[in-house]
Amino acid sequence: MRAFLLFLLLCVAPACRQDMHDQPKVEPFEASDFFADGRSARPQVEGTIARGELSLDEHLAAGRVDGELATTFPFEVTAEVMERGRGRYAIFCAPCHGSVGHGDGMIVQRGLRAPTSFHSERLRESPPGYFFDVITNGFGAMFDYADRITPRDRWAIVSFVRALQLSQNAELADAAPEARRVLEEEGS
Amino acid sequence: MAQIFHPSANLVAKATIFGAAFIAAGALWIGDRVHRSPYITQAQVAREQPVPFSHKHHVKGIGLDCRYCHGSVEEGAFAGIPPTKTCMTCHSQLFTDAPMLEPVRESWRTNKSVEWVRVHDLPDFAYFNHSIHVAQGVGCSTCHGAVDEMPLVWREHSLNMDWCLACHREPERFIRPRESIFDMDWETPIAWSALDGDTRSILQAAGVESDPVLQADLGPALVEAYGIVTAQLENCSMCHR
Ligand code: HEC
Ligand code: HEC
Ligand code: HEC
Ligand code: HEC
Ligand code: HEC
Ligand code: HEC
Repeated sequence: MRAFLLFLLLCVAPACRQDMHDQPKVEPFEASDFFADGRSARPQVEGTIARGELSLDEHLAAGRVDGELATTFPFEVTAEVMERGRGRYAIFCAPCHGSVGHGDGMIVQRGLRAPTSFHSERLRESPPGYFFDVITNGFGAMFDYADRITPRDRWAIVSFVRALQLSQNAELADAAPEARRVLEEEGS
Repeated sequence: MAQIFHPSANLVAKATIFGAAFIAAGALWIGDRVHRSPYITQAQVAREQPVPFSHKHHVKGIGLDCRYCHGSVEEGAFAGIPPTKTCMTCHSQLFTDAPMLEPVRESWRTNKSVEWVRVHDLPDFAYFNHSIHVAQGVGCSTCHGAVDEMPLVWREHSLNMDWCLACHREPERFIRPRESIFDMDWETPIAWSALDGDTRSILQAAGVESDPVLQADLGPALVEAYGIVTAQLENCSMCHR
């Protein structure tokens, strides 16, 4: 009888251990009692570069050419780049700058300081490198987005902002012939 | 000596032996129910957080996209929990003296992390990856429920293995178009006109013409087009590596 009870106990006992549920490895952001600040994710050592993130291309990574704000894009702006930019703009910029860029996004309506419209004279004249620079380093009350948006995506966003600016300041003559006919008919 | 047991005791004895089987089965059944109940799985139980962060206000109210805060959900296994800096992009100016945001401001001043309480946590022996699900047409709300309606996050599902397998056996019951992954209100049947151009051509290629489109038509067409191989989705080594 005693042997049987012992056997029963042995059968049930393994279920009490949770070791395999919480193994000594760390999952992302798991608290750690090893480091003084309690974080398992360690800050990058000053001056180190993550694998694959070295960029010697100042134009692509810093938006500058010879120290001046770039006036061109570091790669060709294709329809895909523009599409990518549209998506990223909707996620990261539209909440404040508004879906068309007038600076009237939802957060501004809730009391954030209103940014200048992208369709103002000054920002239409600004080079692409300026927008890249603002995303990378922030501007006044706007925080930087360098840790959340990769350089390629930042350029994609800039290309989309450029497209927005053109769309809001287009002349009738800029429209494709098809569209122009429709617009003219509607206008008259 | 008189008989202690009446002859009918035989029947009682038999019934008890027979009944024991039911009692054992009943105990197992109760055990299983408890194991699957919210008491163990924590499904549908909202967690207290150090800051009462409301997805309802931030997602439904002001229309933020999940990726504004959970930025690695498309590329990584881990969806990402936003750092204090993300909150401060807005709360350095909005609600700057609300007491409930004090832990966030303190974290910003002292560089100490806000200690969010994990809501979803698989055992360490199970492997999960967000990016493959997001890329293959499983939307956030399929697994997490209507997060945009949650004042505090809870688990919509048990996260038990049978829940994973229920979908891995028949993904066509849940798959949606890739463009709608972040759409919290996604629902089938869906009107043809609400679908994206790519999805329409997938459906046309599969010969589906109904309007509204049913999941029974949409699912298999997408599984085919996205190249999802159902046969391998039940391999133990895929989740227990
Ligand atoms: C949290 C709200 C918020 C978000 C999100 C945001 N911005 Fe801003 N942005 C601002 C505010 C506020 C200003 C004005 C800052 C000031 O004047 O101090 C600003 C200013 C700017 C300016 C400079 C305008 C000028 O007057 O020279 C540019 C360019 C800009 N933002 C681009 C972007 C882009 C591109 C994105 C998306 C990656 C973005 N912003 C996302 C709030 C935001
Ligand atoms: C403004 C930033 C923000 C946005 C936007 C946001 N979240 Fe969150 N999310 C958080 C924070 C902070 C937490 C951790 C605190 C908590 O659990 O409530 C979190 C937690 C979660 C969790 C639970 C994580 C856990 O502990 O297991 C899920 C699931 C989630 N979010 C899904 C979503 C979905 C889906 C969306 C888009 C509809 C979304 N979130 C949008 C900030 C955000
Ligand atoms: C894009 C801007 C933005 C970001 C980023 C943001 N918030 Fe908010 N937050 C708001 C706005 C706007 C409100 C007011 C909501 C309303 O009026 O419905 C708010 C309200 C709140 C409140 C007040 C209670 C409530 O839900 O209405 C808390 C607490 C809060 N946010 C916490 C956070 C935390 C924690 C983070 C970081 C994970 C965060 N917020 C990120 C814009 C933001
Ligand atoms: C196939 C089901 C599934 C889908 C689809 C899904 N999640 Fe998750 N999510 C999970 C599971 C399971 C966990 C717990 C992971 C763990 O414990 O390792 C989780 C955890 C999270 C967490 C906590 C942090 C982490 O990664 O552990 C956040 C935040 C989150 N999900 C957000 C999202 C968002 C946003 C989406 C939509 C793009 C999404 N999830 C889509 C199943 C899913
Ligand atoms: C609603 C449907 C659904 C649910 C729920 C779900 N999955 Fe999946 N899962 C999929 C689909 C679809 C794929 C992609 C299959 C493919 O394309 O080969 C996938 C793929 C995976 C893969 C990657 C396989 C590979 O090839 O690397 C893993 C790992 C995985 N799932 C784990 C889980 C775990 C663990 C859970 C439960 C916590 C879960 N899944 C819940 C639908 C689901
Ligand atoms: C889709 C992913 C997936 C597949 C495939 C899968 N499992 Fe699991 N399994 C899980 C998850 C997730 C859990 C954790 C459930 C929980 O307890 O939260 C689990 C738990 C378990 C447990 C329970 C461990 C415990 O201590 O509770 C066993 C045993 C197990 N799996 C065996 C298997 C075997 C055998 C196979 C192959 C036939 C298999 N699993 C296939 C996802 C999977």
